[in-house]
Amino acid sequence: MTVLAQGAAEAVRATHAADPAGSVQSAESVVQTAGPVMQSADSVVQSVDWLAISPPTIAAVAGLAVLVADLFLPERGKRMLGPAAAVSLVLAALPLLFLRTRDLETFCLPGGSQACSYSADTLALVLQFLVLGAAFVTVLLSMPAVHGRGGPTHAEGPGGLPAGEYWFLLLSATAGAALIPASRDLVTLVIALETASLPAFALVGLRRGSRGSAEAALKFFLSSVTATAVTLLGASFLYAVTGTLYFQGISEGLTRADPQLEALGSAGVALTLVGFAFKASVVPFHFWVPDTYVGAPVPVAAFLSVVGKTAGISGLILLVVQAFSSRAELWGPALAVLAAFTMTAGNVAALRQRADQAHGAVRLLAWSSVGQAGYLLVPLAAAAPDAGGAEPSGPALSTVGATVAYLLMYAAVNLGAFAVVAHISRTSSANRLRDYRGLFAAHPLAALALAFFLLCLAGLPPGVVGLFAKVAVFSTAVGNGLGWLAVIMAVNVVIALFYYLRWTALVFRAGAPAAAGAEPQPGGGGARRPRMAAPLAAGIALTATVGIALSLYPDLVLTFTAGGLR
Amino acid sequence: MIPVSDTVMQALLIAVLVLPLLGSAAALLPAPPGLKGRDPGQAVLRHGVTVTGVVLAASVVLALGFDTGRPGTIQAESDAEWIPSLGIHLHLGVDGVSLPLLVLTALLTFLCALYSYGTDAGTNSGDTAAPASSDDGPADQDAPAARRAGSPQAFVALILLLEAGTLATFASLDLVLFFLAFETVLIPMYFLIARWGGKDPRDPREPARAAWKFILYTLLGSVVMLLGLLLIGFKAGTFDMVALATDNHSALSRTTQIVAVLAIGAGLAVKTPMWPLHSWLPDAHTAAPTVGSVLLAGVLLKMGTYGFVRILLPVAPEGMQVFAPYLGALAVTGIVYGSLACLALARRGANGDLKRLIAYSSVGHMGFVLLGIATMTPTGVNGALFANIAHGLITGLLFFLVGALKERAGSTDLDTLSGETGGALYGTAPRFGGLLAFGAVASLGLPGLAGFWGEMLALLGAYDPAPGLSRPAFITFMAVGGLGTLLTAAYMLAVVRRVCMGDPLEERGASGHFERRELRDPEQGTSAEPSAPGEHPEPATVRLPDVRGYEYAAWTPLVVLTVAAGLWPALLLGLSDPAVQDLLPGVTR
Repeated sequence: MTVLAQGAAEAVRATHAADPAGSVQSAESVVQTAGPVMQSADSVVQSVDWLAISPPTIAAVAGLAVLVADLFLPERGKRMLGPAAAVSLVLAALPLLFLRTRDLETFCLPGGSQACSYSADTLALVLQFLVLGAAFVTVLLSMPAVHGRGGPTHAEGPGGLPAGEYWFLLLSATAGAALIPASRDLVTLVIALETASLPAFALVGLRRGSRGSAEAALKFFLSSVTATAVTLLGASFLYAVTGTLYFQGISEGLTRADPQLEALGSAGVALTLVGFAFKASVVPFHFWVPDTYVGAPVPVAAFLSVVGKTAGISGLILLVVQAFSSRAELWGPALAVLAAFTMTAGNVAALRQRADQAHGAVRLLAWSSVGQAGYLLVPLAAAAPDAGGAEPSGPALSTVGATVAYLLMYAAVNLGAFAVVAHISRTSSANRLRDYRGLFAAHPLAALALAFFLLCLAGLPPGVVGLFAKVAVFSTAVGNGLGWLAVIMAVNVVIALFYYLRWTALVFRAGAPAAAGAEPQPGGGGARRPRMAAPLAAGIALTATVGIALSLYPDLVLTFTAGGLR
Repeated sequence: MIPVSDTVMQALLIAVLVLPLLGSAAALLPAPPGLKGRDPGQAVLRHGVTVTGVVLAASVVLALGFDTGRPGTIQAESDAEWIPSLGIHLHLGVDGVSLPLLVLTALLTFLCALYSYGTDAGTNSGDTAAPASSDDGPADQDAPAARRAGSPQAFVALILLLEAGTLATFASLDLVLFFLAFETVLIPMYFLIARWGGKDPRDPREPARAAWKFILYTLLGSVVMLLGLLLIGFKAGTFDMVALATDNHSALSRTTQIVAVLAIGAGLAVKTPMWPLHSWLPDAHTAAPTVGSVLLAGVLLKMGTYGFVRILLPVAPEGMQVFAPYLGALAVTGIVYGSLACLALARRGANGDLKRLIAYSSVGHMGFVLLGIATMTPTGVNGALFANIAHGLITGLLFFLVGALKERAGSTDLDTLSGETGGALYGTAPRFGGLLAFGAVASLGLPGLAGFWGEMLALLGAYDPAPGLSRPAFITFMAVGGLGTLLTAAYMLAVVRRVCMGDPLEERGASGHFERRELRDPEQGTSAEPSAPGEHPEPATVRLPDVRGYEYAAWTPLVVLTVAAGLWPALLLGLSDPAVQDLLPGVTR
């Protein structure tokens, strides 16, 4: 917590020093801080639309409440913290219903300049919904790990996870991730990124007495801090060139900038993207992913792979479509190349995971999430020709809508896959791919669900939504002159099919073969499998329902590719 | 034709597509109280027969209600918006091209379900304790095909899913929907091969490997095909096949058409399969269970050639024209290659597997289909469609027969089967031998049987290809294809000679005798047979059981239709010809 507060405070201080013209707010700290202004004194006061900022705020407040409650509750009462966290996330998502039709903006600069720091437009709402929903499922996934101290917890290491801290960190990270898509200036964006990242380091390292966990957290922390520092450097360059921190102003400022500052502006654009590319695990900023996922508790890995990635991708969307829309010629090709490398590296590495490797399942999902990040970048790269001009354009938004649609699909099915993995990790600590043999015999529905999730990720019927999300991504590439990227993506889809299908086939393979009877591993026998924990079952059911609903009616997400975003 | 209102036709077509899906889901649920049967396995196999039977009945009614006066127009059409943001519709309908394939699919699936039910009943009514079936592999091999992997429920569910996907492929009129249906069949087929595949004791991993090969080849092709379909869709602004076929050829530039034909053609060619993309087929067939082989050869391969006729010919005629000579060349290469491979397998001492041989013969037959399509003439395309159906009937029958032979004799290895003088099926199981000979003769294209017309029309089309195609090249193709028919006759007759003929009273040497004893063993379970070896301690003749009741039921329709299509080709050509005229560019319009 102190780290978090320090981070926020530092960022605020930094912007004070750097921002003589604008005013700076942090929705997180809720404290209104107005920078020195050149206009009249009364214009310092900004009106705050509490409804607009309520989704991240409720999550943050609930996190604090859970932390405080943890201090006073008896051991038995702590079991209620998990459901409380889940309920608070539902509450945080409720305002989205009311915001849907309103298109609110808040923390606007006084005067007629129309520059606002927080915008609850459709893009923001959809991504907030995604973050909150994913966090909800993560809470479900975490409950057995956090509360299951009495159960077979050898997989979770001695001591399990401390409840109060865990829920607090999870909710804080969620609040940060929910703030990112709504932020409309660089400082809010960076603070939101930090808010989403810092608790995540702690979440990864939270497992007591686990060396792997601590190592993973350290690796994650060091590389993430470096990436964020680079982003801050980029932001300062941009400020130097354009004199503003608002996306709109940056976009205009980059076109009108002094030609001598051209290089500085370009460097600023590139460096700013780094921190978010890191969060989204884009190659070459992906090296932390496999080790961190493996070292972290499985639900945290699920959280990182969905919410963390959403945070990074939504930051990238905002930056390229809004802040840097006038420099599309710069980031367009760069993102296209990064997308190609990311999907190829992720899929090839995932392909190399062997069935008997320890933590093979999580490692495979980790690399596959890198590959998926590549697909997610394709529409962003393809938006470059549409993005021209200082205003965020409708066609560009429709193009990146493919990313949003893909992200929604990916969130549902990836969380589902992690839910099944979380179940397996409760019985076989190694969590090798081989341990999934015989899953169909032991848990037919879970096995079918896992197969469905994997086929969605692969984009094969019956995972129809996965296929159409890929079609939407393809279409952006083909439609915007990135045919070569479409071909590379096709090759990658085939590579990915290979490892997803191999896993799917394992699930339906008969249990541990007779030859392996001597093996002490209690993974294969159907009878030895414990019952599935209720929250895990609920998580699987929820994600499977979402996946099936989307498969039957893919337009629920694909509408964002056709003007559904404003 | 019987008059049926449009609404009923629509409902029928939708029912034909949805019923197998529902049945597939229902197969996984426990049986309702009244229908439990002898055991859950039997109940679910019966469920499979019921569902496929209803689907067949519905498709027959659909065919009867089909207005044969205007087979060129889409009938039983329904069109609903599915994904507005991508412009994808649920557009279904049948015309003279797709209707026969639809009925063929429903028929073959029904026969497969019937056959599985019969095999199950036949084996289980005997002494269930004895090893009762084909393989002498590990312990999980002791049950009939549907039970081998322990779950007849899954088996039936997969068969029904496969049927749904195949039927939807033939009925969909939207490019993306077509692709979806095309892909739907992969997963069930994969599991059918991998889990229910006939395990070779020498190489127990073979089915899994063959299934992998199958799915990788087809998926690779499919991804490329999807790119081509999307290219067409985005460039033309619609995914609707009817709209694409009737107008706006101009909307697609020549380059687009060429790229699209290359991409889509590659995907379809893998499925067809076209030489040199065929190498998954023999492995898949050899490993697949009987039912899987029948459906794979009888129905799944047709999806590839159907795609050529339905999508590529009308939508991208210019692109097709560029590639038609290459397609024709590859097609005749496939014909000759398939025949030569079969001849090699049929040689004495080659250890040729009969299933593998028929799989290679499929490569040859599908070569004729592709040649017909490559001519781009009504004659050739009609021939291709006819050969499609004929191949489905005949090869379906052959795979049934070989599967039954494997179950009886324990092996499909030609050398093992034929021994010194020959398999002597005529002597030991005359009706069975007769059927096998019938299938072989039909397959080699004897006039008067279904196999003849398709090949003849395809060759005839090649004699006079569409304007713009090089006539000398196609006449060469025709000549080579004609040579291929000769080779086909050669290996088919060799098979008949080695398997059906021979001396039933052959005095075998020690090793041969031992072999035959071993072969006889699997039949002990079916003690219902009065001629089972246990009751004749010193049989002079190895008695293989002749055709059983359920086998008659499963095979007779195929035989009847083979003869009917051979004697009365107008039955099919009358349906397909007007539709082909409409689909081919520049013929009538």
